[in-house]
Amino acid sequence: MLTQDKLLEMYYKMVLIRAFEDRVHELFVQGRIPGFVHLYAGEEAVAVGVTSHLRKGDYITSTHRGHGHCIAMGVDIKGMMAELFGRKSGTCRGKGGSMHIADFEVGMLGANGIVGAGGPLAVGAAFAAKYRGSGDVVVCFAGDGAQNQGAVLESLNAAAIWKLPLIFVVEDNQYAISLRSLSSTKLQPRISTARSVAERAVAFGIPSVTVDGMDVLAVYEAAKAAVERARAGEGPSLLDCKTYRYYGHFEGDPMVYRSVEEVEEWKKRDPIKLFRERLVRGGVVEEVLDDIRRKASLEVEEAVRFAEESPYPEPSEAYTDVFTDPYY
Amino acid sequence: MSELREITFVEALNEALHQEMERDPTIVVMGEDVGVYGGIFGVTKGLLERFGPDRVVDTPISETAFIGAGVGAAAAGLRPVVELMFVDFFGVCMDQIYNQAAKMRYMFGGKIKIPLTIRTTIGAGLSAAAQHSQTLYSIFAHVPGIKVIVPSTPYDAKGLLISAVRDDNPKIFFEHKLLYGVRGPVPKEPYAIPFGVADVKTEGSDVTIVAVAYMVHEALKASNELKKEGVSVEVIDPRTLVPFDKEAVFKSVRKTGRLVVVDEDYDRCGFASWVAALVADECFGYLDAPIKRVTTPTVPIPFSPTLEKEILPNAEKIVKTVKEVVKKV
Ligand SMILES: Cc1ncc(C[n+]2csc(CCOP(=O)(O)OP(=O)(O)O)c2C)c(N)n1
Ligand SMILES: [Mg+2]
Repeated sequence: MLTQDKLLEMYYKMVLIRAFEDRVHELFVQGRIPGFVHLYAGEEAVAVGVTSHLRKGDYITSTHRGHGHCIAMGVDIKGMMAELFGRKSGTCRGKGGSMHIADFEVGMLGANGIVGAGGPLAVGAAFAAKYRGSGDVVVCFAGDGAQNQGAVLESLNAAAIWKLPLIFVVEDNQYAISLRSLSSTKLQPRISTARSVAERAVAFGIPSVTVDGMDVLAVYEAAKAAVERARAGEGPSLLDCKTYRYYGHFEGDPMVYRSVEEVEEWKKRDPIKLFRERLVRGGVVEEVLDDIRRKASLEVEEAVRFAEESPYPEPSEAYTDVFTDPYY
Repeated sequence: MSELREITFVEALNEALHQEMERDPTIVVMGEDVGVYGGIFGVTKGLLERFGPDRVVDTPISETAFIGAGVGAAAAGLRPVVELMFVDFFGVCMDQIYNQAAKMRYMFGGKIKIPLTIRTTIGAGLSAAAQHSQTLYSIFAHVPGIKVIVPSTPYDAKGLLISAVRDDNPKIFFEHKLLYGVRGPVPKEPYAIPFGVADVKTEGSDVTIVAVAYMVHEALKASNELKKEGVSVEVIDPRTLVPFDKEAVFKSVRKTGRLVVVDEDYDRCGFASWVAALVADECFGYLDAPIKRVTTPTVPIPFSPTLEKEILPNAEKIVKTVKEVVKKV
């Protein structure tokens, strides 16, 4: 049973992700953030529902759309914002940017600019966890598009034969840039009613389930079983979460491939709205939830201030960190 | 004479694809987001509408499968033009390029042709960080069996893409992201620019600069600066690295006695070093100064604008380097 504190913490994280992403969107439009930025707004229930089961020692691998995974894992948003601004105080000292935030202290093995590349890395981290016998688990977040990458399919097979403590979480937000997931993946509705990569996992010998990715409690329940299975040494699972991204693929995307009506339709089942309604029905007073939202906004503003006041890295830092030795 | 209009680099490429597909029904276009979206930089805009989904194929994110399918389709008689969205992603599909496409004709005793064009993007300067900013042409020039094309102007982009599509070998065609919006005169009719013919962008007598892609523009900026200080620069754009117009470079260095090679790819074991070695071999007696390279140091491309600026070659760095070699008379 989820305690009220836990529920409110989940709500806080979802709201914090949304506030962060909405603010980054504005900052990008204003030209204050450089580079390529992919926002997670709309998909909060997936990251939060899954990572709520993780503990110190567990790891996740992430994607180009990684801000939500970072915040759900507890990466400090001041450092994240400073990273997006390219400042020295950033999570990765300004060297990585939006697509390459990693924070090993909290088990965040890295966002990734290469679609599907997190799969093999997750296999390796899960191999290490199994080797240590620590009971730690690994979560591999990857999009619907990434599911057609050879690296991901090879990873499913490796995880299955080695019985690794690994949870593959598919974030099926309906599109890989402009390509609909329904036209990139040909599957017959045999096992579940939805056409779904969950069926593929079964062919690899991996139990899987299709989940409403807009419902954080549904994600939470599905992830609970998968994480318990992994901790017990019973091997990998796959969760196929149906969700939606609200902004363009990247900031600046003209979105020629989808209609405003479609976006509005999905927003009717907004994950934060749905969860809030559930909490209120369960007896949480609205003011408590409003306070949480206000707190999240203030934290984001604080992060922006921190980022803008931070200095850029010295040019000489371009040559450090290539190897562990000073030589590059 | 054909009609010359000012159009952008991206429009020139788009026009080349439209015209060649019109002419040759064996040409097919494949890649991520090349259809409905028209390519994330707009190069394939309108092709799906004009030629339909049999010839313009939106692929899943499966580079090994669709780059490899380009190789196989070329072997089986089509003339595919396949887009690899960013060259940084070549790691996903390299086997199909360098072990399959590049070697098939040779291994099979010359009995097959692979008329494949892979189009891809290069270049930093957009804070796109370590996995979306690289300028990796040297690595393909290093491998036998792949032609390497690196245009710098809208005119060259169109003429070289048309040659690429008509050529019977595997080629990689590199489009620098900062060039897409650059405008220039381009004839309306189709025309082909032969590979291996350098373009002398500006004539000069004190120093030769060899540069490709976006760096041609930085070299020309540098040359204008240097002219004000009485230094006469000859800028040469080889336009293709494989084949490479050695003679044009040798001829220029025999005249100027000095060479600076500008190259946005990593410094170590790269294109610039190779050109320097060729010239050292062939023109040693003519050199009045050491050959210099202005390149990207061999570190991953950092995200932060200050760090990125630190490592990228630019006009200012070219001017500084040219002054060094001119001093050493
Ligand atoms: C190997 C590779 N191929 C292509 C790309 C370009 N690209 C970046 S994100 C993306 C779509 C990814 O779709 P999906 O996995 O569904 O994730 P989403 O963006 O929808 O979250 C593509 C094609 C890339 N970064 N890496
Ligand atoms: Mg997707």
